[in-house]
Amino acid sequence: MGNRRHKNKQGAPPTYEEFSQKKLKRDQKRKRSDSVSESKPPKNLKKDIVEKPKLSKKTKKVDENDEKEIIKRQREEEKLLPEVDFEELASAKKSLFDDDDGEEEELNDEFDIENGEGEEGEGEDDEEFYDSEEDARERPMFSDDEDEDLDDLNAANMEALSAKLDEEAALEAEEAEEELIQSKTIQPRAKVLPTEEELALENQSGAKDLTVLRTRMIEIVKVLEDFKRLAEVGTSRAEHTDRLLQDICDYFGYSRFLAEKLFNLFSPSEAMEFFEANEIARPITIRTNTLKTKRRDLAQTLVNRGVNLQPIGPWTKVGLQIFDSQVPIGATPEYLAGHYILQAASSFLPCMALAPEENERVLDMASAPGGKTTYLSALMKNTGCIFANDANKARTKSLIANIHRLGCTNTIVCHYDAREFPKVIGGFDRVLLDAPCSGTGVIAKDESVKTSRTEKDFIQIPHLQKQLLLSAIDSVDANSPTGGYIVYSTCSVMVEENEAVVDYALRKRPNVKLVETGLEIGKDGFTSFRGKTFNPKLSLTKRYYPHTYNVDGFYVAKLKKIAPSPHDVSKAGAKEKESLARAEEEEEGIIHDDFANFDDEKDDELIEKSKVRHLKRKGINPNNK
Amino acid sequence: MRPLTEEETKVVFEKMASYIGRNIAFLVDNKDDPHVFRLQKDRVYYVADRIAKFATSIARPNLMSLGICLGKFTKSGKFKLHVTAIPILSQYAKYKIWIKQNGEMPFLYGNHVLKAHIGRMSDDIPEHAGIIVYSMSDAPLGFGVSAKSTVESRNLQPTAIVAFRQSDIGEYLREEDTLFT
Repeated sequence: MGNRRHKNKQGAPPTYEEFSQKKLKRDQKRKRSDSVSESKPPKNLKKDIVEKPKLSKKTKKVDENDEKEIIKRQREEEKLLPEVDFEELASAKKSLFDDDDGEEEELNDEFDIENGEGEEGEGEDDEEFYDSEEDARERPMFSDDEDEDLDDLNAANMEALSAKLDEEAALEAEEAEEELIQSKTIQPRAKVLPTEEELALENQSGAKDLTVLRTRMIEIVKVLEDFKRLAEVGTSRAEHTDRLLQDICDYFGYSRFLAEKLFNLFSPSEAMEFFEANEIARPITIRTNTLKTKRRDLAQTLVNRGVNLQPIGPWTKVGLQIFDSQVPIGATPEYLAGHYILQAASSFLPCMALAPEENERVLDMASAPGGKTTYLSALMKNTGCIFANDANKARTKSLIANIHRLGCTNTIVCHYDAREFPKVIGGFDRVLLDAPCSGTGVIAKDESVKTSRTEKDFIQIPHLQKQLLLSAIDSVDANSPTGGYIVYSTCSVMVEENEAVVDYALRKRPNVKLVETGLEIGKDGFTSFRGKTFNPKLSLTKRYYPHTYNVDGFYVAKLKKIAPSPHDVSKAGAKEKESLARAEEEEEGIIHDDFANFDDEKDDELIEKSKVRHLKRKGINPNNK
Repeated sequence: MRPLTEEETKVVFEKMASYIGRNIAFLVDNKDDPHVFRLQKDRVYYVADRIAKFATSIARPNLMSLGICLGKFTKSGKFKLHVTAIPILSQYAKYKIWIKQNGEMPFLYGNHVLKAHIGRMSDDIPEHAGIIVYSMSDAPLGFGVSAKSTVESRNLQPTAIVAFRQSDIGEYLREEDTLFT
């Protein structure tokens, strides 16, 4: 059935015309039904003749397929309805009444029901009449009666009722729309842009009035949303955007460059939501260490310590959200015993996307401080082997601490520049690359991003990310029976660091393809952005924004390597080592091919001479043989 | 990274044996998933054999850690067990002490175990034997040595020390800078 929410909503009251008509009809019916109680159904109404066999047939054999089809057809018809004016509808009903067509008849039956409470009562009466339940006939109609409608739902009236509910919803929506349009049209074309003098005054007064800025931003956003209708005559969209950006910089404290970059990612209103969400800290979240405990047990112990918590959401089975706590959440005995780790909800996502299986060999290319590594280890139940790499030696300290605290015994911690990776060791089943990034998704955590990022960063960082992603791809074993996956993630929302990087990798390494991330939440990645067109498969990647899921801004892409490539050379393999040794030998050997040949004749002469000399020295006459 | 020499092995095993006694045999002799001891820089790691083999491809200066770190050799050649060894020690522990909820935090802040905080303890602990400290919910909290035997400690004052703390999981926070590199 339709949405039950609508059941308690009273429909629009009928117009006077309708009302009077209804009254008339009801009287008719009363007469009619009185006669029914004595004898057969009356034949005087065309509608009844057509409808009765149809309904009774339906009640007898409830063919589901049939019904579905009919409902579908009705829906299609209803789709057209919101276009129709209410009054027209009523008149159409009248004309339809005279129609013989079965389907039309049904439609008009619906209209009977839907056109208001009074009529609804009539429709009901009709049906009850056919079901020959006479007691309910005279009952006055209340809006609450609809509840009963739903209760004594049967095959005969089901579609009618569902149709009625749908219809009501449609009508409501229509009204709301109308209201909206009215309110919009009433609004005058307000002048939202400040004049030169006003601006000068504003700047002169030193500290800007934040409330003024705020109202102006909201107004400009409103105008930008419906520019044609609301914009002041003689102003351009560019002027509005320019003013809005300047206000955003003043109000939130962004550099102009970054504000513009972030603004371009969204529609104006969504951009405002994004900027506002960046001012609010995300909730503290923890991840249960399933190697040591269960979420239920952990939650119980923490609640006993006076922590107010709740599961993060249906998409994760290990996350808990902390609202407030009487004890420091990072220093409880449970924390020290490794039962949980403080970890942002967003950083669960790449691990869930990678979904490592037991007994696989996994590489985490940029792993400190170890939240993701330990999650991977927990997912693999401490089997297989995880290489946790981080380029920063100082950061490996916290990584090792977390690994030991959470009891992950299957890890190897190393610190290499991750770009060296297929050379150090390759042939992994899965690789997780949580690339270093500009951090535009975690502005709430680190305010300095607002001003510190420059244009140079958005060239250098993506460059590094591209190199890292290629290394990650080359480190994977394409022939792995269970894996062959790479997950690329960043805590940035910029297209340059996300889609553009993945697109680059897809072009450079034709032996990988994008696959579903397997994550329940998230918006699809962009397939084109400001004139750049990316691989259409990029819609399989996922984006997260602070204002939509209340997680940090994040990006996750999952790739599968389908074939090996010549880039996959590893220094560690026996074959590679041997060929390397051979090459070295060749390089270091002293005698090359262009060295002089032996001349046997000359050699013989020389040998003879030296023999003679040798004998002479011994005091033997060489000629004395 | 290399296997321990004969002498190093002796030192390490002697130390471990004071906590887990003859159970040390289980560490060495694990048929299903053979484990080995490896020395990297001055630290000793206890690690599955297959992982140790993988780790050979990491150059010595770049290898930071593998498996579980048991402890480190001091400059004078003694072996110091770290709190990171607690999963292994607690698994095979010979003598145990459980401390009550009210004693947890004092212990985790680095204090010795007082008589008043003891929930229960093994019956046969001799004096100066290695013991493992657990919370009442059986989560290992640290290890130390007994100050008195079980029998003697029964008639101690509530404020008297029953076990000297050597290491506790609070060190994950307190010693983070020195413990892991």
